[in-house]
Amino acid sequence: MVATTHDVMPDIELYQPTDEANALSLASTLGEDGWLLAGGQDTYGWLKDRNKSPAAMIELTKIDAWKGVRETANGIEIGALTTLTEIINDPLIKSRYGLLSMAASRVASPQIRNVGTLAGNLAQDARCWYYRRGLDCYRAGGNLCYADAPESLNREHALFGQSRCVAVSPSDTAPALVALDATLVISSERGQRRVAAEDFFVGPAVDIEHMTILRPGEILTSVLLPNSWANAEFYFEKVADRNVWDFALVSVAAAMKVSDGTIQDARLACGAVEAKPRRLTAVESALRGKPRNEATANQVASIATQGARPLNYNHFKVPLMENLVKRAIRG
Amino acid sequence: MNPKLTRRRFIKGVIASGVAVSSTSLWYSARGQSRPPGAVERMIRINVNGQTRTVDVAPNETLASTLRYKLSLTGTKLGCNRGECGACTVLIDDVPNYACSILTHSVKDQRIETVEGLESPNGDLHPVQQAFIEELSPQCGYCTPGQIMSAVGLLRANPNPTRDDVRHGLSGNICRCGAYESYIRGVLRAAEIG
Ligand SMILES: Cc1cc2nc3c(=O)[nH]c(=O)nc-3n(C[C@H](O)[C@H](O)[C@H](O)COP(=O)(O)OP(=O)(O)OC[C@H]3O[C@@H](n4cnc5c(N)ncnc54)[C@H](O)[C@@H]3O)c2cc1C
Ligand code: SF4
Ligand code: FES
Ligand code: FES
Repeated sequence: MVATTHDVMPDIELYQPTDEANALSLASTLGEDGWLLAGGQDTYGWLKDRNKSPAAMIELTKIDAWKGVRETANGIEIGALTTLTEIINDPLIKSRYGLLSMAASRVASPQIRNVGTLAGNLAQDARCWYYRRGLDCYRAGGNLCYADAPESLNREHALFGQSRCVAVSPSDTAPALVALDATLVISSERGQRRVAAEDFFVGPAVDIEHMTILRPGEILTSVLLPNSWANAEFYFEKVADRNVWDFALVSVAAAMKVSDGTIQDARLACGAVEAKPRRLTAVESALRGKPRNEATANQVASIATQGARPLNYNHFKVPLMENLVKRAIRG
Repeated sequence: MNPKLTRRRFIKGVIASGVAVSSTSLWYSARGQSRPPGAVERMIRINVNGQTRTVDVAPNETLASTLRYKLSLTGTKLGCNRGECGACTVLIDDVPNYACSILTHSVKDQRIETVEGLESPNGDLHPVQQAFIEELSPQCGYCTPGQIMSAVGLLRANPNPTRDDVRHGLSGNICRCGAYESYIRGVLRAAEIG
């Protein structure tokens, strides 16, 4: 017999639907008692710690319709259950939307990318360790924040958009999808809805217990990347304490349309500075019509951190973010 | 009502009364729900190191648990049980995966390979094992089965890796002794002796 330690999985039921209708129906029937399981790399920690206790897992990776990359009239469609490794190596994504491949290649470790999916990467929960530890903080439905007290360890926490909770978005692919102006397709028994990647993520002022707009019964089924940003000039950089396994301290994803050296249009987003990817709209406007060079970078980058409200231990993120934006602009 | 407490109470209840039903079904009945049909069956066949084995696998069971505690394949080590160290690395259809962080039920239709399966029937070691001995790659040896499986996976996908390819290929395996250099040398030599 396996010894019962905190590292052992809890008793939980498992469903492995092989068609879409069955998965959507299970998700709807089980509601909050059901846990959508993709690659499980965010899931198993929660379950082993007993800090989330769903009654059943609904494994989504046996549904072929939700995997793989297809070309469409308007761009490409990526099945949300495609693994990160597949996204890194896919010829279409690599050649036209290299930003997403670069971002995916910086997630966790090779083994985690081999099973971790795009859906799971986008829908993963906050990594604030007070919360992961199972404390009854705001995000867990309680009424205080352990990360924002005078002695809290909040080096990894937010610069922007704090509202009682100061956790950040942990996903590496999320800022890339915001920069690429992706659309996410969400399915449920009632039908489908489409939302811009930017509107998929929410901060604590909107919903303190969820990082996305997904509701029980809903499944993220595909991600659409538009032709309009294919083959743009891309930049992705993630700074973390270690190159493998560690979450971003700050990351930047940039897409720029440049012709004759002049930036026609740009989309930039930073990860790990707010509870959702932070789109840098003021930087984007300032960049239009300027040459893509060092001088522009120096001139514009400080706009990125305007309004930052550092916590006790994360002031370093302000110059870090500014420098990353600078490097993204100068290329 | 806090579902966590309900659940605990019921599990305790099961232990106290010795009732031989899974607490999951009690959980459902406690919440006045009937369980949707179609949950996984426990008796399954899995393909490990080329052999088909019939095993009783709980729905929540990780592959590392099945390998170590049901099939006595203890070459697959558990370091962290959290996807953070690589000691449990096995190959699933030739691809390195953390056995601690994958359900056995998820891979029941795939080929599972552990360090025990690498030796050829006549007792010859796999080139990676041989090269690791020649380069004195392991120090304490705890991370070695995982390093070997990552190396075998890497070489199957890329038989002539550069040093940098090897660094990336083994980057999901921590070595607490810090024997990284000698593992990299080992993989490069394995590629030569192929
Ligand atoms: C040691 C370690 C290091 C990590 N490092 C990084 C890192 O550097 N960068 C990073 O971005 N992430 C990191 N992660 C987080 C995470 O494991 C990965 O992001 C991975 O991509 C998650 O994908 P998954 O398919 O395994 O998710 P799962 O665990 O299967 O799912 C994650 C969440 O998404 C929900 N979900 C899954 N699929 C769907 C769907 N189709 N629709 C709606 N909801 C869904 C699940 O219910 C769950 O809540 C790390 C994890 C570990 C354990
Ligand atoms: S930052 Fe958010 S998740 Fe962390 S302790 Fe505070 S409320 Fe909880
Ligand atoms: S035991 Fe699986 S990664 Fe550490
Ligand atoms: S040889 Fe000791 S942990 Fe790697």
